[in-house]
This record gives sequence, structure tokens and C-alpha cells, in this order.
Amino acid sequence: MSDLTKLTLAGARDALRKAETTSVALTEACLAEIEDAGALNAFVHMTPEIAIDQARAADARIAAGEAPAMCGMPLGIKDLFCTREVPSQAASHILNGFRPEYESTVTQKLWDAGAVMLGKLNMDEFAMGSSNESSVYGNAVNPWRRDDDDAPLTPGGSSGGSAAAVAADMCLAATGTDTGGSIRQPAAFTGIVGLKPTYGRCSRWGVVAFASSLDQAGPMTKTVRDAAIMLGAMAGHDPKDSTSADLVVPDFEAAITGDIRGKKIGIPREYRMDGMPAEIEKLWADGAAMLRDAGAEIVDISLPHTKYALPAYYVIAPAEASSNLARYDGVRYGHRAKLAQGDGIVQMYEKTRAEGFGPEVQRRVMIGTYVLSAGFYDAYYNRARKVRTLIKRDFETVFAEGIDAILTPATPSAAFGLGEMAEADPVQMYLNDVFTVTVNLAGLPGIAVPAGLDAKGLPLGLQLIGRPWEEGDLLNTAEVLERAAGFVSKPSKWW
Amino acid sequence: MSIDIDTARRVAHLARIAVQEDDLPELARELSGILTFMEQLNEVDVEGVEPMTSVTPMRLKRREDIVTDGGMQGKILSNAPDAREGFFAVPKVVE
Repeated sequence: MSDLTKLTLAGARDALRKAETTSVALTEACLAEIEDAGALNAFVHMTPEIAIDQARAADARIAAGEAPAMCGMPLGIKDLFCTREVPSQAASHILNGFRPEYESTVTQKLWDAGAVMLGKLNMDEFAMGSSNESSVYGNAVNPWRRDDDDAPLTPGGSSGGSAAAVAADMCLAATGTDTGGSIRQPAAFTGIVGLKPTYGRCSRWGVVAFASSLDQAGPMTKTVRDAAIMLGAMAGHDPKDSTSADLVVPDFEAAITGDIRGKKIGIPREYRMDGMPAEIEKLWADGAAMLRDAGAEIVDISLPHTKYALPAYYVIAPAEASSNLARYDGVRYGHRAKLAQGDGIVQMYEKTRAEGFGPEVQRRVMIGTYVLSAGFYDAYYNRARKVRTLIKRDFETVFAEGIDAILTPATPSAAFGLGEMAEADPVQMYLNDVFTVTVNLAGLPGIAVPAGLDAKGLPLGLQLIGRPWEEGDLLNTAEVLERAAGFVSKPSKWW
Repeated sequence: MSIDIDTARRVAHLARIAVQEDDLPELARELSGILTFMEQLNEVDVEGVEPMTSVTPMRLKRREDIVTDGGMQGKILSNAPDAREGFFAVPKVVE
């Protein structure tokens, strides 16, 4: 079988069950593809021995019958997930050399289902960024280029390595995490599917924490069906994460029926931003038309507090980050600065954190410290949490009125050039999250689906937002959109 | 609200991040820019609105009050930059 690495999870599952290929063959093909793709800097730690061992075990399980859907699937794992005895450093210098003695719940569930770990994937440091440019490993590079130049583009962030690896067929699928758009924005920038589940659907245990009330792991895949398959293996209650939901994990793939007749799809008027590129506007209108043609009812809706989502997010996320990242103190793991004669414990903390954290992480930790400090806690942090309540209420109101899903653009633009934002104000970079961040604040499931190409041949994505815990219904609508959009383009291989 | 150099120095210390004196003006400028962006939140009427504590309404579970783990000193110390005699080692804290 040729082009093994181009298989979808669904395709590979069927091929494995029919004994047309083996997990070892799939895994070896992916490892070769990764070797070839150094220029994309997507994989930052390779685990070929683990991969081959897992693949052999998977093949035995498949041969014995009754293997679960993810059995034998070679995956990439975002560096944010702790993986036992394998470097797991959240793309930060401060976790240099850290090899966890434990496995994150999500990755453990994937291995229990028979999946294969190819290695760890590049990302923005501590998942703080929208371009993968804050990584200690250097930039991950988008396999897509504009038609008219060779300028290297960002794969988006923070799950930039995951997106590049899936888009370039280095792995069949990858894990991502999403705090403000970190699965959906890179998926849109690379022409793949990215699903952020409902908050609480996947355990956060063993995932390096950024903003605990917003963080959620999810699948990054080639198709919507694959996202359904992979989510099924990642999701589920975990006593080790007190916010993980004690709900039965439904068969998400079975929810994909292709029938969305009578569904009400909301188009929120507040997402029509000033200066939105005409291409994005058209993509959005086309997406709505596709869903209408499939029998859905398109309804104009209002989510009045949308405008305040970004500023609320950039109070809440840094506040939680400043608390979560307090643990990096040079005592228990990772980097410790060399101390001068007479330096005490405070100098050790301050020097370690100055050396260990990159500029964006330092900035966010300090902003978070400020908004939580005495005298400002109410003015910033509590106010932001109240605005968050209002943002969630906006969604509850439209869902109560019968809206089944909400259609929006995934990003305000196609992928931009690496380095292009270097001189920009940090706030300019934050605007990348404008369409995605509301979903995290409200704890909802959201999915980015590739829907077209811009004038320069770069992929553009649409986002669907669903009701809490109804990922199955959301995936069904997303699959209809995916099929109607008929996005089949792949980046032409230059690497 | 803008952040002056003294405030930037104080925030950096609270965050336990060493910032060179020369870098404080730039830091103050950046933090001020971000705070200005956040100031939009003042436009929202939040009178009588509860601050969100949990995005999905759920009761936090209580586990049984029993020992479930332990006896793994070696694993816990295995990543320490400096571990001695079964302890994490740090610079002298008490004179």
C-alpha cells in the first residue's frame, strides 16, 4: 500500500482490520516522513523505539480481533502532555530536561486504546501564543506556502507543531490543547480539522497547566470523522481531575449521520468585525449557504458581549497562568539558574524564572500578577469574571431559543508570515483569538473545519460552536459542512 | 491606567522574575498597553452579575479520605536540579 501516511484514521482503521497493512508499516512510514520533514520543525522529540514497540503490540491486538478504533494509529503528541520518561517541557527552557515519572490521562487513554506515540510536537511556550514563535525549540513552519512566494508561514499556535505534522502527513493525527483557540486557529491555518471539546470532556491531569478554567485537550485530525474517532478515545471522567465531567462518553462517530435537516444554525452578527477581509466574509456566507442547502435553517443571532471576550480572556488567562506557573521555581524540576556568591532563595527564584521563561510568558505572568494584586483584584480580575458570566449567558440565551450550532469564521485571516508580527504590539497577536476565545470562556465545544482557499492559495477555516456536551451533534453538522465545502487541497511538498 | 517604572519593578518582584533596571521602561510600556486594552471591560454594566467560578455547573466531588499514593521518594526527586539525602536542596533560607 502506498502513501500510508496520507491515510485518515478511519481509512487506516479499515485497512488494518482487513489486514491490508500493519501498524508497524504505518508507523515506519510516518517515522520516515518525519525524518524528511526537519524543515518544518514540527516534531521536537522523537520516540521511535516506543513507537515500534507500541505498533507491534497493536498489530498483535488487531490480529486477535476486537481492537478499538485507535489501535495501531501513529500519533504526534503536543509537548504540553506529560509522557512518562519522555521529555515533556511545554516548549519552555524552564522545563529543560524534565522527564515526567507519570503519564497524562489523555495520552494514557490513547495508549490503552492501542495508539502509537511517534514523538512530541512543537508549540508556543506554555501554549501562550498564536504563531508557534515563542517556542524554545524555534518556530514550527507551516507546510503551506503562498502561491507567489516562498516566505515561511506560521502554522498558527499554540498547537503549531501538531497542525504542521498532521497537514504534512507526518502522523495520522495529533493531540492539541486549546485555551483560547490553540487547536482551532492552527487547524484553520493548515487546512485540517481541530476540535476543542466541552470543558470537562477530557481530563486535564498531566497536561501542563496554562489557565485551568479554560484549558481543554482535543484532537487535530485530517477529517471530521477522525476527530470523532479520536475524541472517543481521549474523553472520559477522571477522578484525578475534579473538573472532568462524570458523563458517559457517547459514540461520537455514530452521531455522524449526514442529516442536519431542521437544525437551526445561528450566524452571530457581532462576529462581523470591522475590516474583515472580503474573502473571510465570503467563506462565511458560503458556509451558511452550504448548511442551508443541506436542510438547516440559518438564523441571525446576537451575542452582545462578544466584543469584551478578548479583554476578559487576557485578564483571566494570565491571572490563572501567574498562579499555575508559580510552581516553576527551580526546586523540584527543570532549570535552576547558577547563583552568585551570597544569593539567597529569592534570587534563585527570580534568576531561574528570568532565564527559564521567554518574553511572552514573562509578560503574561506579570500581567496576571498585576491583575490579582491587592487593590486591582476587583477592578480587573473580578470584573473580567463577571463579563465571562455575561458571555456565557449570551450563548445560553441563543441555545434556549433553539439554536443548535453557531457558524463563524475560525480566524480573521489566513496564515501570516513567520516574523511578520515581530514588531507588532502584543495585543495585535492576541486578536488572532477573536473568533475562538468566546468558546473557551463559555466552556463550549468548537470545531474548525477547512472550507476553502484564499486568493494566494492558503487554507481558510470555518468554526462551528455547539451546545455543551453535544460534540456528537456538532461533529455531525461539521461533517456536512466538510463534505459540502469539499476541501481536498494539500500543501505541495517543498520540504 | 498606566504602569510606571516603580510599579513594573514591584510587579516583576511579586512575580519573582528578575528584570534588569534598563529593561523596566520597556516592560512598563508593554504592560500599560495590555492594560489599556483590558480597560474596555469598564464599558460593561456588571451590576448584580456574579463572577464566574465554574464554567460547567457541577458539584466538586469529594474523594474518600484515605491514602491512595505515596512511597515514591525516588520518583519525586528524580527531576530535581539539586537533591541530597532524600531532600530537595535549596540555598540557605534561615540564617
